[in-house]
Amino acid sequence: MAVRVQREDFDVGAELAALTAGRADIGGVATFLGLVRDTAGGQTVGAMTLEHYPGMTEKLLAEIEAEARDRWPLDATLIVHRYGRLEPGDRIVLVATASAHRQAALESCAFLIDWLKTRAPFWKLEETAKGGHWVEARESDDAAAARWGKSDKPAR
Amino acid sequence: MRVLYFAWLRQRIGTGEEKVEPPAEVRDVAGLIAWLRQRGPGHAAALADISAIRIAINQEFAGPDAAIRPGDEVALFPPMTGG
Repeated sequence: MAVRVQREDFDVGAELAALTAGRADIGGVATFLGLVRDTAGGQTVGAMTLEHYPGMTEKLLAEIEAEARDRWPLDATLIVHRYGRLEPGDRIVLVATASAHRQAALESCAFLIDWLKTRAPFWKLEETAKGGHWVEARESDDAAAARWGKSDKPAR
Repeated sequence: MRVLYFAWLRQRIGTGEEKVEPPAEVRDVAGLIAWLRQRGPGHAAALADISAIRIAINQEFAGPDAAIRPGDEVALFPPMTGG
């Protein structure tokens, strides 16, 4: 039940401990941790800057989280997404879903990251030897999001 | 009306936000984009291809035929690449 958009790094262990503290009803937690890669399209990436739409980002992430909670019996959820300048190896995004049973946790975690990639207003600027360039949206990301079925709201 | 630009639209236009007062005949987002193109070469280049632009009105996704009103916050940006 938490969404955070922040410049600062996060501690995965501390986040998961806080998510499940005092919750003996939770049987499993699924997590996705996104990291900055050092290559993209054959180019070495020196760094990446993530831009977002303050206000709408938090609203969209909360909507996506609410959609997951409608679809699966979840006891706790967390989305942390960073913005600003990040270097290879840095953490970008953490999605964690907790449920009594593993299937709901694993499926909803995959759903959240797939939907987040195509619906949350973030844009990546990669720095390579050829200069900065904006990462283009990938059809494979659209396909990954589409496999979860339709939303009642228009996407891109 | 506030118009916000993100990512390469912001870079090409040279600002992330501007206050505009389009004439009354500008009623929808497509009309607003056509009107904004006349503000300068940066606007014209960034806004040339409407199919490359995604739209939000008051922080809700919208299509180019969506109506706009004075006081709206209209955001124009490329397809999202988060995660």
